Amino acid sequence: MSYFAFLAEHGPTLLLGTVTTIKVLVCSAILYVIISMIFGLMRLSKNPAIQGIATVYIEFFRGTSLLVQLFWVYYVLPFFGLSLEAFVAGVVALGMNFGAYGAEIVRAGILAVPKGQWEAAHALNFSPAKRIKRIIIPQIFPIILPPAANLTVELLKATALVALVTVVDLTFEAKQINSITWLSAQCFGTALLIYYIMARFALVPFLRWLEVVAARKVGR
Amino acid sequence: MEMGFRWDFAYEILPQMLWATLNTIIAAGVGYAIALIVGLFFLLGQRTPFKIVNVINRELVEFIRSTPLLIQLFFVYFVLPQFGIKLSAWLCGMITIGLHFGTYLSEVYRGALEGVSKTQWEACRALNFSTIYTYRRIVLPQAFPIAIPGMGNYLVGIFKDTPLLSTIGVAELFHAATAVGGYNYRYLEPYTMVGIIFLTLSIPAAMWVRNLEKRVNVAQGKVKQ
Repeated sequence: MSYFAFLAEHGPTLLLGTVTTIKVLVCSAILYVIISMIFGLMRLSKNPAIQGIATVYIEFFRGTSLLVQLFWVYYVLPFFGLSLEAFVAGVVALGMNFGAYGAEIVRAGILAVPKGQWEAAHALNFSPAKRIKRIIIPQIFPIILPPAANLTVELLKATALVALVTVVDLTFEAKQINSITWLSAQCFGTALLIYYIMARFALVPFLRWLEVVAARKVGR
Repeated sequence: MEMGFRWDFAYEILPQMLWATLNTIIAAGVGYAIALIVGLFFLLGQRTPFKIVNVINRELVEFIRSTPLLIQLFFVYFVLPQFGIKLSAWLCGMITIGLHFGTYLSEVYRGALEGVSKTQWEACRALNFSTIYTYRRIVLPQAFPIAIPGMGNYLVGIFKDTPLLSTIGVAELFHAATAVGGYNYRYLEPYTMVGIIFLTLSIPAAMWVRNLEKRVNVAQGKVKQ
């Protein structure tokens, strides 16, 4: 069977899986950005309780394996009466795991804003909330976007794991086709190529564009 | 079925889990050793004066870095036998992890080499040192401390990615937990214990790496003590 015949027969299935992968990527990316913002700010709080919660959260999710967390959410939470659909479980596990990594990026970004900015905001009598919202946050984007872009590419790669909790994504379809046809080189090779194209020619250019926009917004 | 965490069951499966942990540690160690060496080869490919080698090397690194480790594992495990190369699941896993993280480590090495100031090279040239001598006595001793934190981070990273090996049937910790869970139809205790074992191993490791990083920064005079 030639490669083109393989593509003609199984290409559409793989593309359907790709759509699911993109859905998982977008949902978990939104979730992880929100979580990293919240926990990144909590990590810098002066209140030891709030800071402690954030530290425990971050250390816990960075200290264990994503696959373990994913299986825990999908197979163990039902023991506590919380059954999540596979897709939701995948997005939640990915979002919470990457949120922990992202929180550290946000924290580093906030600390990297020059001290003069804090002092100036203080001198102008801005309230603490307004100081963060109007002065500090807008300035952290050019700082945090390059590491966040790396993390997002890692997220795209990590979405492959949701196949193991029965989400029918690109990896799942590739595995399925492999078990029917045993054309391993073709189906896994194609899946690898699709991931590569998504990362290299869609996700990375998009994130670079965001970096340029963010840099322009603060006048650099 | 009984709800809640059953301590007696957890205690019963503990020896089994601890044995499997040993396998996980071995897998991480061997994978890391391979990755360290593979990283050197990618670094060589990057620094050779042949343009064509540089380009191929860069594209290969980019490809390996931007595709999921899971599918790379499947690819190596299922495709190699079709070309008559029969390797055990263990060997496949180690090779794939070594290749995948080798690309990351080559970046760490590159960063460390570029972290050594250019004037050091010029001084060596002025003193008429050979290239090998310059590397051995001047550049590498200065580059190594810069590379340590990155190398440590990827050791922890590999350790946390070893559960993926269970998908091709390597009998490490996560594989054991799934087997025990399936046999007794209780996943709560095995998976929770896997999480706890990972935490108890990786948090001290991560703290150790962070400590190293601080010491390196102090030694290089980047941070005042």
